[in-house]
Amino acid sequence: MKELHSVVCIKPVPDQRFWDKISLDPKTQTLRRAGIPVALGPLDLNALEEALRIKESRGGKVTVVSMGPPGTEEILEWAIVLGADEAVLLSDRAFAGADTLATAYVLASGIKKLGDVDLVFLGNESLDGSTGQVGPQVAEFLGMSHLTHITKIDLTGDNKLEAKFRIEFGSIDVEVKTPVVIAVDKEINEPRLANIWGAVWAQERKINCWSINDVEVDRDKLGLSGSPTQVAGVTTIELKRKGEMLTGEPADIARQLVKKLQTDKVLPEA
Amino acid sequence: MKEGKGVWVFIEQRGGKVSEVGLELLGIGRELAGKVNEKLEAVLFGYQTGSMVDELGAYGADTVYVADDPLLEVYNSDAYAVLMQELIEQYKPGMMIVGASNIGSDLAPRVAAKVNTGLSAHCIGFDVDEHGKLLGKVPGFGGAVMADIICPEDYPQMATARPGFFQKLERVEGRKADVVKVEVKLRQEDINIKVLGTSKEELTARPVESADVVVAGGFGIGGEENWKLVEELADALNGSVGATRPPCDEGWADLESQMIGQSGKTVRPSLYIGLGVSGAVHHLVGIQDSKVIVAINKDSKAPIFEAADYGIAADFRQIVPSLIEELKSITG
Ligand SMILES: Cc1cc2nc3c(=O)[nH]c(=O)nc-3n(C[C@H](O)[C@H](O)[C@H](O)COP(=O)(O)OP(=O)(O)OC[C@H]3O[C@@H](n4cnc5c(N)ncnc54)[C@H](O)[C@@H]3O)c2cc1C
Ligand SMILES: Nc1ncnc2c1ncn2[C@@H]1O[C@H](COP(=O)(O)O)[C@@H](O)[C@H]1O
Repeated sequence: MKELHSVVCIKPVPDQRFWDKISLDPKTQTLRRAGIPVALGPLDLNALEEALRIKESRGGKVTVVSMGPPGTEEILEWAIVLGADEAVLLSDRAFAGADTLATAYVLASGIKKLGDVDLVFLGNESLDGSTGQVGPQVAEFLGMSHLTHITKIDLTGDNKLEAKFRIEFGSIDVEVKTPVVIAVDKEINEPRLANIWGAVWAQERKINCWSINDVEVDRDKLGLSGSPTQVAGVTTIELKRKGEMLTGEPADIARQLVKKLQTDKVLPEA
Repeated sequence: MKEGKGVWVFIEQRGGKVSEVGLELLGIGRELAGKVNEKLEAVLFGYQTGSMVDELGAYGADTVYVADDPLLEVYNSDAYAVLMQELIEQYKPGMMIVGASNIGSDLAPRVAAKVNTGLSAHCIGFDVDEHGKLLGKVPGFGGAVMADIICPEDYPQMATARPGFFQKLERVEGRKADVVKVEVKLRQEDINIKVLGTSKEELTARPVESADVVVAGGFGIGGEENWKLVEELADALNGSVGATRPPCDEGWADLESQMIGQSGKTVRPSLYIGLGVSGAVHHLVGIQDSKVIVAINKDSKAPIFEAADYGIAADFRQIVPSLIEELKSITG
């Protein structure tokens, strides 16, 4: 059986515990994330896990790729501790402020440089952007087919696999020829935890940092200026209601609430 | 493309039936078409589509572009994306809206990349600016604001729209659309993806989006053991259990069927009770149509209190048992 080279795209997302510290840059209307610790999104861990399992069952290797500002090496280190063989951080001022299309363009340029790739894994959606758009768009730039919302994969031959595409209240089973881009859902697997060998493994590996000079790209398609979508404005939305606070002992509060809900006719009378 | 005309909506179909979100898109599409004074045009891919085409006319489409071929019976991203690209390049629409269902979210970004345009994701509202450009509304980062996403230079102006946020139009029996038949030259041999089959899940519990009472638990529930209290309160009210995103990430609740908000379900119950929910706009947009909103949160400054009709600043573990007790007196 052929050994497989899998690439996993992992996105540095701001650690959820610090989200309230993130602000919007009034000039560029992009997010100011400086100083916010980064984390690996939950679905990206499922993507990595799937690639690691394929490596373990079939042989081959796993390369993780991320686009982000300097300082996001941390998540790549973590991916190596978990078992990835190689890591690439695509980082350049010119990449900053990218929407999904410009992000996918840079990720694809990095993946092309890696040479022969059989499988590209992504999380179905990231924790912060949550668009789920990067996977299909990376596939377009790579000229590969794409699958999203994947809950199960079976390698059925050297150049093909079967997958389950979850849709609302059901699924579509497909067969696809590799190379292919696959965005995975949470149900696909249970990501592993790090073990002590991971740290030893990681010591012998380094993270490659690639800038604009290391990849073949058209400058006009990068970053904020290469992004077709922009934020036109930000508004606060009116969701205000009367906000009547009920106080007292628990039993007392419960009595008050039920009475009010009966008056509002959302609960039946006794 | 640097120009385009007409408001297009993609009509998802499954098993030969037009999806609900497709009809919703005709509703919002009609509004946008009115604002820019252009036609509302539906795009339908499927097999044996005759009755579906009639349906689209009845629900407000001026034109239906229809591609009818066995290859299109079940969604296949290879086939659908190539066909959509051809159609867009030939007819040059001004706007294109696709439902943010799993199928729509799979198709739209690929098509946007193919025709090299922008795509606003998971919009919950739309407007048109003074230049006739589409504004897609999405809750902003951290969930405190709403951002307007625009695609200033490229056409078509594309967006995906959250299912459940837009109203479909009244059905007008006998209202007809112009039909444009699209030739399908693509064959299975030309593409990499082959559909092997489909399966359908039967509904078990009453879905949260159609429940009359919803009790939603947030991250403040703190753990799987405590989640039982959320379910017990829902039972006492004969309602359904919903959740914010963190409990779904933690595995206490089911992401697919229970998460409420921008990336999940929209609920419209008469009564919504949030337990340990902070009130991020991402979640609030999914509950704003509830008749009465009650919030129980131990932090008296939690933003959800502003969006609630009744607030209780206390530990839910103390309030919920008393509430269940009190409810027994009315349900008997
Ligand atoms: C693009 C995007 C899309 C998103 N989509 C969604 C979505 O669709 N739905 C969604 O829900 N979220 C969504 N989110 C996440 C959203 O921004 C918030 O992070 C999430 O709604 C917060 O959930 P929470 O209120 O349960 O948790 P937290 O914000 O952590 O709040 C927990 C609350 O519980 C209270 N609490 C703690 N202990 C107790 C106790 N014992 N008794 C009472 N109260 C207690 C705390 O005071 C706190 O206010 C999205 C985020 C992004 C970026
Ligand atoms: N900057 C990035 N670097 C690496 N991978 C990314 C990046 N942005 C998005 N991805 C991948 O694309 C998936 C979907 O992201 P999104 O389209 O933002 O929801 C993520 O789960 C990642 O696997």
